Amino acid sequence: MAETKIRDFMKYLEEGKVAGTRCKKCQKVHFPPRADCDSCLSSEMDWVELSGKCKLVTYTTVHFAPVSFRYDVPYILAVAQLEEGPMVFAPISRDIKEDEVKVGMSLNLTPVKIVGGKVMYELRKP
Amino acid sequence: MKRVAIVGVGQTKFDRRPDASIREIAFEAFKEALEDAEIMRGEIEASVVCSATHYDKQRTPAGVIAEYLGLNPKPTFNVEAVCASSGVGVRTAWALISSGLHDIVAVVGFQKMTELRSDEIQEVMGRSGDVMWESPFGPTMPAYFAMYATAHMQKYGTTEEQLAKVSIKNRFYGAKNPKAMFQKEVTMEEVLRSRMIASPLKQLDCCANADGAACIILASEEKAKKITDTPVWIAGLGLGSSPMTLTSRGPLLTSFTCTVEAARQAYKMARVEPKDIDVAEVHDCFTVTEIINYEDLRFCERGKGGKLIEDEQTYVGGKMPVNVDGGLLAKGHPVGATGASQIRTLVQQLRGEAGEAQVKGAEIGLAHNLGGIGMYCSVTILQV
Repeated sequence: MAETKIRDFMKYLEEGKVAGTRCKKCQKVHFPPRADCDSCLSSEMDWVELSGKCKLVTYTTVHFAPVSFRYDVPYILAVAQLEEGPMVFAPISRDIKEDEVKVGMSLNLTPVKIVGGKVMYELRKP
Repeated sequence: MKRVAIVGVGQTKFDRRPDASIREIAFEAFKEALEDAEIMRGEIEASVVCSATHYDKQRTPAGVIAEYLGLNPKPTFNVEAVCASSGVGVRTAWALISSGLHDIVAVVGFQKMTELRSDEIQEVMGRSGDVMWESPFGPTMPAYFAMYATAHMQKYGTTEEQLAKVSIKNRFYGAKNPKAMFQKEVTMEEVLRSRMIASPLKQLDCCANADGAACIILASEEKAKKITDTPVWIAGLGLGSSPMTLTSRGPLLTSFTCTVEAARQAYKMARVEPKDIDVAEVHDCFTVTEIINYEDLRFCERGKGGKLIEDEQTYVGGKMPVNVDGGLLAKGHPVGATGASQIRTLVQQLRGEAGEAQVKGAEIGLAHNLGGIGMYCSVTILQV
């Protein structure tokens, strides 16, 4: 994540915040965060903290994984829509069982520390 | 703008090929196409080499392929759009000829995938999405399309049995195609009981990795009429793109907008409607993809793709014969070769050379070639 203009995203995540960027010119909110607005081409952005509240759009349980994920199967990957508008691609927390997962359910995009001290995010029960 | 026709086609049997290298399988397909066209190698004025990256050790393969085919010093270069590479390659060759730059161009699509293990290939494919925002969570190619399946089933009531029927149809036709990897039919029970890959997609809902090459030789109208009595004309072309990241594609993950756009362009250029298409090849990387393709290509109404396959309307004799050479599901999917293989099948259909799976009187064919997780779509309409 060092080699990107939006590297501050990691700092916010480490503080327990999920942040997007909002274009100063046209107000479009971007998640994942972008340094440059695809709508109006401005490169002037503000960081905005997102609530994390979202609704499940679709998902799948992965049973056959890339080599580096082979010990994690099965895991559930999902697409959810944040209440601010943008969508997010993230795993569903292991606290939620596969038969509990329903399209349209409310979830919370939450920062999470994983093995090795790395910070990512996942979808948890609100 | 000159009219462009296809004058020669060839392909290897898609299979595991531990016996041959990429340059050797490319040579097999090229030679078959030259013999089909009945032209001399020296008449080829340029080659367009199509394959996806990261599957073999050879960087920039056009270099060794053109050399091995004896095409130096004629122009050559690589075209890459993942699984749509050779569909886009044919579009590129069309542009080279219709502009007047060249009269005869060979498109060589190839891929060797079985030098890597299945999970290593998945590692590569896991980087087919957004490497910053998706790959860190371990997606696979099937996982992306499985998300479309979940959404389509939720919104339209499409069932796992309807998905399975796509596999059953394509394996039925694969058994009639000597160039297909899978020569055996499958039953509903076998499909539903096959190993879960990414819910709801099971092993028999997914195309297989394979090694193979396919070659299409195109010529300008003037040359084509001298070369063959049965030129197959390129009547329409379309190319569309969709965002790579799933999250930029909007909240409805039940359609590929790149297909809708490419089809719109191609139908307009060819001045035909979906109902005028006699036979089609669509990108069935997964069973659900074929169902969505029916809708995106306007072979049926939105949401009714499951019904179209359930009613057996996409068999020979139905409203719209689709993938009657086995499709990717039965042929296997050597990524860079698939687009050219689809076009070869249509050329044979339109020439009346398709044997057991011949669609009687087929005059207009459509090839739909989707790239990666749905970023690129190439649509080609052929006519005799």
